[in-house]
Amino acid sequence: MPELDNSVVVENLCKRFGGFVAVDRINLEIPKGEVFGFLGPNGAGKSTTIRMLCGLLKPTSGRASVAGYDVGREPEAVRQNIGYMSQKFSLYNDLKVIENLRLFAGLYSVSSNVLRERIDWALAMANLKGQENLITGTLPGGWKQRLALGCAVLHKPPILFLDEPTSGVDPISRRQFWDLIHHMAEEGVTVFVTTHYMEEAEYCNRLALIFRGRIVALGTPSELKRGSMNGELLLVACEPLGNAVEVLQSAPGVLDAAVFGNALHLVVPDAVAAIPQIEMYLKQHGIAVGGIEKIRPTLEDVFVSVTTGRDATGEMKP
Amino acid sequence: MSFNRLLAVAKKEVIQILRDSRSLFIVVIMPVTLMMLFGYGVNLDLKGLPVYVYDRDGSQQSQDLLKHFQASKYFTIARVVNNYPALTRALDDGHAKMGIVIPWDFSQRLSEGGPVQVQALVDATDDNTANVLIGYTQAVVQGYSSGIQIAWLRERGLQIQPSPVSVETRTWYNENLESSAFIVPGVLALVMSVIGTFLTSLTIAREWERGTMEQLISTPVSAMEIMMGKLAPYFVLGMFDVVICALIAIYWFHVPFRGSFLTLLVSSAMFLVVVLSLGFFISVLAKSQFAASQIALLITFLPAFLLSGFLFAIEQMPVALQWITRILPARYYVSILKKIFLKGTPTALLYADLVPLAVFAFVLAALATRSFHKRLE
Repeated sequence: MPELDNSVVVENLCKRFGGFVAVDRINLEIPKGEVFGFLGPNGAGKSTTIRMLCGLLKPTSGRASVAGYDVGREPEAVRQNIGYMSQKFSLYNDLKVIENLRLFAGLYSVSSNVLRERIDWALAMANLKGQENLITGTLPGGWKQRLALGCAVLHKPPILFLDEPTSGVDPISRRQFWDLIHHMAEEGVTVFVTTHYMEEAEYCNRLALIFRGRIVALGTPSELKRGSMNGELLLVACEPLGNAVEVLQSAPGVLDAAVFGNALHLVVPDAVAAIPQIEMYLKQHGIAVGGIEKIRPTLEDVFVSVTTGRDATGEMKP
Repeated sequence: MSFNRLLAVAKKEVIQILRDSRSLFIVVIMPVTLMMLFGYGVNLDLKGLPVYVYDRDGSQQSQDLLKHFQASKYFTIARVVNNYPALTRALDDGHAKMGIVIPWDFSQRLSEGGPVQVQALVDATDDNTANVLIGYTQAVVQGYSSGIQIAWLRERGLQIQPSPVSVETRTWYNENLESSAFIVPGVLALVMSVIGTFLTSLTIAREWERGTMEQLISTPVSAMEIMMGKLAPYFVLGMFDVVICALIAIYWFHVPFRGSFLTLLVSSAMFLVVVLSLGFFISVLAKSQFAASQIALLITFLPAFLLSGFLFAIEQMPVALQWITRILPARYYVSILKKIFLKGTPTALLYADLVPLAVFAFVLAALATRSFHKRLE
C-alpha cells in the first residue's frame, strides 16, 4: 500500500439513478486516523456515497480513491484495505458468533497462524467472549452491531466504513460502540461513519453535512457550530409558542424562528442588540415572555440553518 | 482464485444447510419420496381391469369363455349382472372399464358351427387404456376360438394344421414389461432438477433478500469464489442423491442396471453442472426467493417432467414439441439414464446424448459465471 496522508480522496463524485441524482459532485479529503462523520437525513445520499467508496456501486462521474486505489477501476484492491458495515445488519443470523467470525476471517484471507489470535481479539473488542456459541440471530441489537464490527476488522483494515452502525441500538450500547470506534482511531484506523443522530456527530473529529446529495457544510463540530450559522442564536421562553413563531417569523431582524422543545430558537444577526427588541415586539403582540438568552448552537441548529435556505434542488435561494 | 476463500464460503453454506430443516428435507426425504411415488404410484401397466359380464346364455360354453377372461391377468370379472342397464350403469359409474355381453343363442350357434359374436362395451375415456383393452379382449376370444376349432377337428379325426405364421416374441431390456423399470431411472433427472435449480436459486436469492450479499461482496472474495463456494455443497448433495436413487432403483424396484456406474456418475455430474448453473443464473436475475423458485419450477422441473421423455415418449410428441425437447438438457440425461439402466449401452455409444449434455454444462456454467458481478446494481 502506498504511503499516503489521506486515506480517502473524493473528487466531484456523482451518482445518478435514472433521472435521480443521489450524490451530486461531492469533494472530500480524509486524513489517516480521522473519525469522519457523514451526517444527513435519510435519503440524503449517505449510503450511496459509502457504497461507492467500498466499490459496491460504480460512480456515474468523478473519482474517488480509498487507500490510494481508485474505487471505480480497482475495487478489489480497495476491498483488501477496508472493513465495511452495511446499514442493514447483514451477518448470517443462522450462524453462531464464532462461525460468522471464522467465515469473515476466511474471506479476508487471515492466515491460519494468526487466526486464533485475531478472532480472540475481535471477540474481546466486541465484548462477546464466552458468547461464541450463541446463534447470531438471538443476540440483542447492540451485540449484533459489535459482532458486525468485529467481523469487519478481522484483517486489521486501515480504513473502516460504517453505515449507520448504531441505528436501532439502545443509547448505552451506542455509547459503547462509539468508544470502540475511537479505540480503533487511536490505533491509526481511519473511520468513515454515517449517522443521522445529531448527538453522535459530536463524537467525530470532522463532519460533513449532506443534504439532497450535496455537502452543505464541512468542518469540526465546533467549527460548524461557530461558522455555519448565519447569525447568533437566542433561546426564547414564551407563551403561547405557536403564535410566537408566527409573529417572529415576520419580525424585523429575525433570520429564522423555530420551536425547540418548550421554547423557541431564533437566529439573529446580533444577539445583544436583538434581545430588548424581541422582548418588546412580543409584548406588543400580547405574548408573555419568560426570558431571552443567547445560547451556543447545537449541530441540529446548524443543520436546520444550512438546509432551510435551500430549495428542493439543494440550490441556495437567491 | 483463492481456495481458502472458496472453502470459507462452502463451509458456511454447509452449516446453513445442516441447520435449515427445510433444505435438509428436500435433500434427504424428497428423493426417496419421489422414487416411491413414481415407482409405485405411476403405473402404466394395465392389470386386473374390472369387467362386468351379462351372460344371456348361461351355458357351459359361455362359462368357458368367461373362464378364459378370468384366467388372463389383465382382467378381473368384477360382477355378473342379469340385465343390460346394470351393465351400462357400471360403465357410467366407472365401476367397470369394460362390459361383456354374451348373446342368448351363444351355445346353440356354436354347436351349429357358428359364427357367433360376443359384444364388448369399452370405456374409451382414456383412449390408450381402451386400445390396450380391445387388444387383450381380441386375444382372449381368439384363444377361445382356436380351442374350439382344434376340438372340432380332433373329433373328426382330422390332422391339426399348425397356424402357418406365428409370432415368436422376445421382450428385450425390460423383459418383464414392468413400467417401473421404464419410469424409475428417469426420476433421477427430476430429483437433480429440484436439488440443483430449486435449492440453489433459493440460497442465492436469500442472500440478496437478507442483505448478506452486500456484506459478502464488500470483502475481497471474488465472484467466482462465491459461486463455486455456494454451489460445491449442492453438487456433493446432488451426487449423494444420485447414488441413493440408483440404489433404490436397483435394490428396491429391481430395475436392471446393465451399464457402467462410472458413466452414470459422470453424466449425472454434467447434468448437475447444468441445473446448478441454471439455478445460480436464475437467482442472479430474480434476486427474490419467491420469484426465483417460481422461475426455477417453470423452466426446469416442468420440462423435465413433461418433455424429457421421462414419462411420455418424445417420438410420439408433435414434431414442433420434439424440436423443443432438443434444447432441454433433461432430455439427454433421461435418455442416458434409460440406456445405462436398461440397455447397458456402452459409454462410447452414448455420445449422441453425452456431447449435447456436456455442451449445455459448459455453456450454462459460463453464462452463470458471467452473470454474477460484485456490484449492487
